Amino acid sequence: MTILLSVQGITKRFGGLQALTPDHFRPARRPDSGLIGPNGAGKTTLFNAINGVFPPEEGRIMFRGKDVTRAKTYDMAHMGLARTHQIVRPLNELTVRENVMVGACFGREKHGLDKAGKIADEILEFIGLNRGDQLAGSLNIAQKKRLEMARALAAQPYLLLLDEVLAGLNPSEVDGMIQTVLNIRKRITIIMIEHLMKAVMGISDRIIVLDYGTQIAEGTPEEIVNHPKVIEAYLGDPRLAQKLMEGEE
Amino acid sequence: MKNWQKHTGLILPILALVSMVLWPTISGSVAARESIFTILKAIALASSLNILLGYTGYVSFGHIVYYGFGGYIGFFLLTSQGWPLWAAMLAGGVSSALLAFLLGKAILRLRGAYFALATIGVNEAMRNLITKLDFIGGPTGLTLNFKTYLAYGGAAKALEMSFYVLALIVLAAILLSHFVRISKFGLGLLAIRENEDAAEVMGVNAPDAKTWAYVLSAIIPGIVGVLFFFKNGNVEPHDAVPLHSPIELLVMVMLGGQGTVLGPIMGAFAYQGMRGFLVTNAFFKDIQLSVSGAILLMIVLFFPSGAIGWLRQRLPALRRILA
Repeated sequence: MTILLSVQGITKRFGGLQALTPDHFRPARRPDSGLIGPNGAGKTTLFNAINGVFPPEEGRIMFRGKDVTRAKTYDMAHMGLARTHQIVRPLNELTVRENVMVGACFGREKHGLDKAGKIADEILEFIGLNRGDQLAGSLNIAQKKRLEMARALAAQPYLLLLDEVLAGLNPSEVDGMIQTVLNIRKRITIIMIEHLMKAVMGISDRIIVLDYGTQIAEGTPEEIVNHPKVIEAYLGDPRLAQKLMEGEE
Repeated sequence: MKNWQKHTGLILPILALVSMVLWPTISGSVAARESIFTILKAIALASSLNILLGYTGYVSFGHIVYYGFGGYIGFFLLTSQGWPLWAAMLAGGVSSALLAFLLGKAILRLRGAYFALATIGVNEAMRNLITKLDFIGGPTGLTLNFKTYLAYGGAAKALEMSFYVLALIVLAAILLSHFVRISKFGLGLLAIRENEDAAEVMGVNAPDAKTWAYVLSAIIPGIVGVLFFFKNGNVEPHDAVPLHSPIELLVMVMLGGQGTVLGPIMGAFAYQGMRGFLVTNAFFKDIQLSVSGAILLMIVLFFPSGAIGWLRQRLPALRRILA
């Protein structure tokens, strides 16, 4: 079986700032991975490199056995990669249903409009967003996060990158969203960036920890919470370290 | 959705077109026909611009270039090479499309205000280029040999025919606008308009889609240019690429409602009607363009989605029809 995704020795600089440093990062032998790390560790930059928003300066990214280091964002979508954004990007003046149809029309399967409409209805049902005819701009933040996920799912991807889908949600919304992610996980491999440890620990098979653009640890949730380097990386932020400790209990 | 329901948005545009064509036909008034001709021309241009402005979200200050460029080429073939009108019109449309394709590859990489600025440059460059080319008459332009009209039954017949040919072109522009809007390609354009980065992440090949939108929006202006210069009997650089027209086109599209099929039609009708009143009014005739500017300002400030957009928001039940 081909490896879904492998990322090797990629670098990315923004001016003088080295956002990603050459190191090994091989998330997906299969399992669903969580990606954690302090603010500015390079998590989102890594996502941007993988889906072609900011191609890396060095290194190699392989997706389903193909070198996609220089692939365009839309080519990645056609090949079966979908993602959500930390800061939601709804197509405000289109309806929720149309938003999801865009995913189905231009994603991996490139459906026609009629089929895409049916898929959109199914996905909205699955994701629990029964507001197909409403304009996307009128949704609240939790609904917009669900819309991001619905659009990504409609593309029927092989790999789904979730960038902080829980950020900004209230506790009950968080629980609902975790349940949704667990449901998606049954069908699609996920890599998620998340700060909420309860969620990362509960959802991920494996966790990768980034700090200063480098992978400092990888392992099962149990291994990660006891990893000395991880604890060290988070000690700069006592609140997060505390949360890690709670996750251990 | 049932098949015919997809096309309810065509009802009002077609009705509007048919009544505009019938009015001078039934009344037999040449003056009315000339007024309607101007309005129909504006509708064809505004509907075409709408594909780029309304659907794709790219503001072009240089769209009149395609009218002038295609028009010049077609008119040159008509006068100097003796091509028949239909072939010259086709050539005008094709050359405008070709120019849009090449220019689009170059300037559609720019976004937002930068694209708008580039289109102003295109406008100026085109007028200068035309003025400098001697084989198309340089600053004095080209004039049609009056005998050319004989092939169409004389000048009067040729003018009458131009009106109905234009009506057919407007029909084509409306159909193009409608079918782009309800197509998968159109959905991709709307996605680009709303958020180009997000659209690309979802798999919309934005560079290609934008280029094709640009090409589609250039064809009809090229054809209309040839027909208009044929009807006028001559063409000069400042007629082909007039300074104020691009702004007027933007006002029309935004007044009626960008991104809708009906909007540019209503906008062109209202704007030309108003313009007709202003230029014949003693007080307004010299400040007609200032009034247009003021209207544009009011639209942007208070009705950013235009008249049709405003109605759509107020009357959700009519959304199917006010497409």
